[in-house]
Amino acid sequence: MSNVITRTANNVWAWFNERAPGFMPVYRKHMSEYYAPKNFNIWYIFGVLSLVVLANQILTGIFLTMHFKPSAAEAFASVEYIMRDVEWGWLIRYMHSTGASLFFVVVYIHMFRGLMYGSYQKPRELVWIVGMLIYLVLMAEAFMGYVLPWGQMSFWGAKVIISLFGAIPVIGNGLTEWIMGDYLPSDATLNRFFALHVIALPLVLLLLVVLHIFALHEVGSNNPDGVEIKKGPKGNRWSPTAPADGVPFHPYYTVKDTFYVFAFMVIAAFIIFFAPTFGGWFLEHDNFVEANRLVTPEHIKPVWYYTPYYAMLRVVPNKLGGVVVMFAAILLLFFVPWLDRGKVRSIRYRGLGFKVALAIFAISFVWLGKIGAGPGTDIVETYIGRVLTVLYFGYFAFLWVYTYFGFEKTKPVPERVTTHD
Amino acid sequence: MTKTFKSRLAAFASGLVLSATAFAAMAAGSGPALLHSGTDLGDKASLQRGAQLFMNYCSGCHSLKYLRYSRMAEDLGLTEEQVMANLNFTGAKFGEHIVSAMPAEQARKWFGQVPPDLSLTVRSKIGGPDWVYTYLKSFYVDESRPLGWNNTLFPNASMPNVLWKQQGLQRPVYGEPDPATGEPVIERLELAVPGTQTPEEFDQMARDIAAFLEYASEPIATERQSIGVWVILFLVLLAFLAWLLKNEYWKDVH
Repeated sequence: MSNVITRTANNVWAWFNERAPGFMPVYRKHMSEYYAPKNFNIWYIFGVLSLVVLANQILTGIFLTMHFKPSAAEAFASVEYIMRDVEWGWLIRYMHSTGASLFFVVVYIHMFRGLMYGSYQKPRELVWIVGMLIYLVLMAEAFMGYVLPWGQMSFWGAKVIISLFGAIPVIGNGLTEWIMGDYLPSDATLNRFFALHVIALPLVLLLLVVLHIFALHEVGSNNPDGVEIKKGPKGNRWSPTAPADGVPFHPYYTVKDTFYVFAFMVIAAFIIFFAPTFGGWFLEHDNFVEANRLVTPEHIKPVWYYTPYYAMLRVVPNKLGGVVVMFAAILLLFFVPWLDRGKVRSIRYRGLGFKVALAIFAISFVWLGKIGAGPGTDIVETYIGRVLTVLYFGYFAFLWVYTYFGFEKTKPVPERVTTHD
Repeated sequence: MTKTFKSRLAAFASGLVLSATAFAAMAAGSGPALLHSGTDLGDKASLQRGAQLFMNYCSGCHSLKYLRYSRMAEDLGLTEEQVMANLNFTGAKFGEHIVSAMPAEQARKWFGQVPPDLSLTVRSKIGGPDWVYTYLKSFYVDESRPLGWNNTLFPNASMPNVLWKQQGLQRPVYGEPDPATGEPVIERLELAVPGTQTPEEFDQMARDIAAFLEYASEPIATERQSIGVWVILFLVLLAFLAWLLKNEYWKDVH
């Protein structure tokens, strides 16, 4: 029985679908009939969490632009204006600054998950490549965002990072001037970084995120067992042709993700309301002093999410060499799908060598991060940093040798996914 | 340590000093440890005393250019009349920022530089209010300085000890000289001439000023935390409901 309200709603819905026949197929393909493996564990929520943080950055960012002044003379004061005079401005700003750091937290875990379960392996190479592009753009986006409040660390961090391009032979000096529009980070630099931060890079980022998800949905999600569910038996409660080990993304993973998103928001809220500077890690002490090109801060360091690469830059005794090592460290990640010749995806069934190597790789990265955040005055630490840099690069070499020459002793991979939680 | 290692260390250190100036030494841990200030932003009386002390002893030279008189009145539980009669010495309007009346030109002549704005000092220093508290207690008599004062926390600070009448005069007690430079090292400060206040009373005075500057650096801080409690309780409840919903959906997936 239908009353006037449901009848009208059905008519409107039919009217809409007649005129937008592509809507429901897209919805089915990506939501209600996208069959994701049922055995995702907690490592698999960080992709969704990074989408949530991205949405947060865009929404809070829009409101920040309404009050922020992208000029060297006014930027710092306008941030304090947001913090003190704009209604709820402090909350919007802390959500944005905390979001920036949490973005990298979830993205790093998301990337580590990919390495752990072989999510980059055939046929998901494109998913990984697009993901790496997202990571690159995200680093540029965050760097430019950090310059905008125009504090001491904004200014000096920008100066140090931009000067890295000066190490490039022949065109280096001209390039740094071209980037800054001046000989030092200045009003021109701040103004163009604002443009890039609020419109150019977010557009690229959004496009890449869409491509990342489309590329994923084309091949289907990997899972903690590394079992290809599309190759397994067919037929589940929803469809006779869908993989037996898959569940519809909506509603199964949407309700599951909803829980994890709220749980994540509890952690985010704790930081935003009780520790917004996170002890100087998310908002640095020196950035509460307005940029001053005549006063160099105690020690200049980038925000924590760049410090592993910054440490590599510092421990290499030659500037150009350091820059090359630093960029190579990021670039090499792009090639992981081809360096890893292993036949088994998941760490659960891979050889001991892989597990040890991945653990050493992760520890090296974190430890380098700690060194990069320090003053860099300890010579012993510099030597440790060199060893860690070699270990970081060693992972890629090991991965290729270990799998290409068949040293890996894998365990048998089950036919079907094993568990779900 | 071998000799080559030492010389390498020295070369490395001097290179860094060139770029990072003398502050690098402080970061490496040779600076004095901070004292525990024990400030409490919930203690309105302490903040009010701090505001009064700031206006009387600091605001002649230092501004709080991001804090408005009206905001301070609201947050500290003071009326417009109280603030305008007792805490505003510059003739500024109630809604205006707290800006020192000292002309920059004169300041440069007297102190060699313009006294810094203190709106964000607490947030810009590692240790926050502890830094301010320690700084205020670290002045000592040093005839070699232009104004006769020096500070162990902030060596060669331009600022004189404006609270010397209350604190009294501190003189340095030297320990073993630094083995590397041969420079005398101050072991501690000794109260040579007592002030009008006991050391305990003066500690409270320094604590009140540190607390007020902590407030000024982020006026929303206490409200932020009290809102945060409710936000987190709400989100926990929401997460719990979402968890029940998730379990309901997933109970038949095996």
